[in-house]
Amino acid sequence: MPITVNDTPHDLPRDPRTSLLDFLRHNCALTGTKKGCDHGQCGACTVIVNGQRINSCLSLAVTHDGDSVTTIEGLGTPDAPSALQKAFVEHDGYQCGYCTPGQICSATAMLQELANNMPSDASESLDGPIKPTADEIRERMSGNLCRCGAYANIVAAISEVAEQTNGAGDAA
Amino acid sequence: MEQDKPARDCDLDGMKQGVLGKPLSRSEGLAKVTGTAPYAAEYHVDNCLEGVLVTAPFTRGTITGIDKDACLAMDGVVAVIDDSRMTARPAQGTADEAPVQQPQQVCYWGQPIALVVAETFEQARDAAKHLKITFEADELDEIPLDPQEAETENNQSTRQGDLAQAMNDASHSVDGRITTAGHASAAMEPHAAIAQWDGSTLTVHASLQMLNYNISELADSLDMEEENIRLVSRYVGGGFGSKLGISEETVAASIAAIALERPVRVVMSRQQVFQCIMRRSETTQRLRLATDDKGDLTGFGHQALVSNLPGEEFAEPVLQSSDFLYAGENRVLELDVARIHQMTAGSVRAPGEAVGMPALEVAMDMLAQESGVDPVELRLRNIPESHPVEGTPYSSRKLAECLKQGAEAFGWEAGPRKPRHTRDGEWWIGTGMASAARVHNISEAKARVTLKPDGTAMVETDMTDIGTGTYTILGQIAAEMLGLPREKVLVELGDTQFPRGSGSGGSWGASSVGSAVYVACTGLRKTLGERAGVSEDELRLKDGKLADGTSVTDLLNGGDLSEEGHYEPGDIDDDFVAAGYGAYFAQVRVNRFTGETRVERMTGAFGFGRVLNEKTARSQCQGGMVWSIGAALTEALHFDPRDGHLVNCDLAEYHVPVNRDVPDLEVIMVEERDPAASPIQAKGIGELGMCGGAAAIANAIFDASGARVMDFPMTPDRVLAAMPAS
Repeated sequence: MPITVNDTPHDLPRDPRTSLLDFLRHNCALTGTKKGCDHGQCGACTVIVNGQRINSCLSLAVTHDGDSVTTIEGLGTPDAPSALQKAFVEHDGYQCGYCTPGQICSATAMLQELANNMPSDASESLDGPIKPTADEIRERMSGNLCRCGAYANIVAAISEVAEQTNGAGDAA
Repeated sequence: MEQDKPARDCDLDGMKQGVLGKPLSRSEGLAKVTGTAPYAAEYHVDNCLEGVLVTAPFTRGTITGIDKDACLAMDGVVAVIDDSRMTARPAQGTADEAPVQQPQQVCYWGQPIALVVAETFEQARDAAKHLKITFEADELDEIPLDPQEAETENNQSTRQGDLAQAMNDASHSVDGRITTAGHASAAMEPHAAIAQWDGSTLTVHASLQMLNYNISELADSLDMEEENIRLVSRYVGGGFGSKLGISEETVAASIAAIALERPVRVVMSRQQVFQCIMRRSETTQRLRLATDDKGDLTGFGHQALVSNLPGEEFAEPVLQSSDFLYAGENRVLELDVARIHQMTAGSVRAPGEAVGMPALEVAMDMLAQESGVDPVELRLRNIPESHPVEGTPYSSRKLAECLKQGAEAFGWEAGPRKPRHTRDGEWWIGTGMASAARVHNISEAKARVTLKPDGTAMVETDMTDIGTGTYTILGQIAAEMLGLPREKVLVELGDTQFPRGSGSGGSWGASSVGSAVYVACTGLRKTLGERAGVSEDELRLKDGKLADGTSVTDLLNGGDLSEEGHYEPGDIDDDFVAAGYGAYFAQVRVNRFTGETRVERMTGAFGFGRVLNEKTARSQCQGGMVWSIGAALTEALHFDPRDGHLVNCDLAEYHVPVNRDVPDLEVIMVEERDPAASPIQAKGIGELGMCGGAAAIANAIFDASGARVMDFPMTPDRVLAAMPAS
């Protein structure tokens, strides 16, 4: 079974050493997904696999037989950006832009986690509804480093979309 | 134009478009948030080979052999390159010439020594890992590695009056030793290059801050003419000093592409970026401050020891703002450099002030505590009338306004301060403040502005946008001057085919290239005025029309109208002390059992001349404040004392602030125009946000917990050790 990337089927790479990240960037020519550390430390390579956010650098492409991958290119385009993409522009939730696709992929899946009431370290309790507070967003976005230091604006952008969608994950 | 006197009247103020300074979103924003903005490694080039650098696993010595045959026998390997033109270090900012080459001579652990080139990245990485090298390494006990024990050279010395006597005679004094750890720029995009050679021209897509210098650095490295090289850096995934000079991967990719007559991509691993680009030097500083009974400074001493490799000219300019910030008749400022064999020390965001200002501002807090003068008041009282040694006047300086407006916005409570005044469970809560200062730099720059018959304008320069907002603000300056909506101005950057800009570094980009765009537009306005038969003063342009309704395009006669603006700093540099100023206020909580510090809120008030875009300027300030949090609490390079290799060479071990480390950041941009700074009356803002902010956090830790930590970063172990027993 092929791997599906943004609704397009692709053959898996022949070299088993190819990470999902390098597969996306080199084999699929989808360079929106960024390589920042190649060690799962920075989050720049975050993509959504079967609805869940993962660090694509920590995963070998051949292990994704039959999986459905959404990258930043699958969330929106310059002509039709997603709500989060628009909010990042409006709130200046980026500077150099290199961590940004990872931030937005991460935030897209994170809003779904909130909607599903998955608790975090910042949650008041382990069960019950989770509110998309600034602290929740900060905690849940702490796997995505931004060296330019746009965190306050990233939180503002995500908060706006979380409020619009009432925490539900239809932000994409 | 050359600036020899203050630009009291700036044409920008008489314009009608009303777009300059406005909080417009970045013009390249949609490209960035949709992943369609291409960074250096992301150009799709047919037939491209992949190169992986191999680095030295020893500290100092000579490579005696490389087993190329075994490597070439591996799957997909095309070449092993160990050309003596390859660079062993990155070039320092504005070097304008090749850095140290001949990588066979190893001077630090982790120095690049060869490039393995293969058909795929996986093949190249595997082959690089298995490349067998032989070497003769010097005995470790012969190699200086500890800055405290190594030979030193004096880099800067200012002495006036008798500081020792002033300290003896002082009503209140402080004599403290403060250390700061080394820092990494850790830009999110690793250094990368794709080199293409067509037999006569070398085209390189690379991640660089200063193409105007990088092209000559690359040409000199390759022994080529600049005319045969084109460098492109349209998007740069962060620089912070690490991409000022040409770096090893760009030169290696170029050599490989020419030798193999195929395109070659080289991307450094994150570990290589850490180990062979630039470090900010660690510092050991001594602060001596003496006041009379009113809190007026009578003595000011700031000495620092930093380090670098033998032969490197750069020395972390720790005392840069101490030179002029505060009064004090009796002065000693001294900077020494220890020569050690660790990786190259160079510019990391706000070289000098990033570590010098926090140390000074901790000492000022100690002096406030010692003298009983409120910390804000102590600083206000010691703002000198003219340069304390040279007597030069200051250009516009908003330090007092920043201190006052910041204190008011933050809700600073003036008066006597005693630590441990507020407790919340196991947390102590306190506040602290510090001044900010960063020298104003400006540089020669060129930009071309072209009016098009379709009613648009184009700005072209090889200037880069490293996340600073250059695309947006250059378009705003041109739009304001030419009376066009911002979206009618196309800005093209990062290509050496365009006129030479200033490059991005030292916070000088906006004022330097902004002035070049301004000069170009002034020329265009002159021509438009002549063609319209009105004087330039009467030329009121808005939305593409003159005041009488004539369309600007009607004046173009169907063709382009183009001007190249050329700005040169001129003699004004010597006439004024020009700098950006600010003040930080922070509230922290400190855990009384673990020593952990959390920053709860932070206010920064900054004066940096004309604000060119309120949104991007605010973001720059915030970014600097985030770096202040990192420098205060977590960021430290750790070197193995046995062989000088960088131990924490990745983003899991080198701790940059994460989202949850950063609270709401309040930024106040104090209204200012600085006519002596640049023709557009603007200064820089890329670095000011981290020039002292770490001290506001340090001083808040003291106010909260009573722990006076003298070593940055103030990690929990250090806070705990410095806490008084009761």
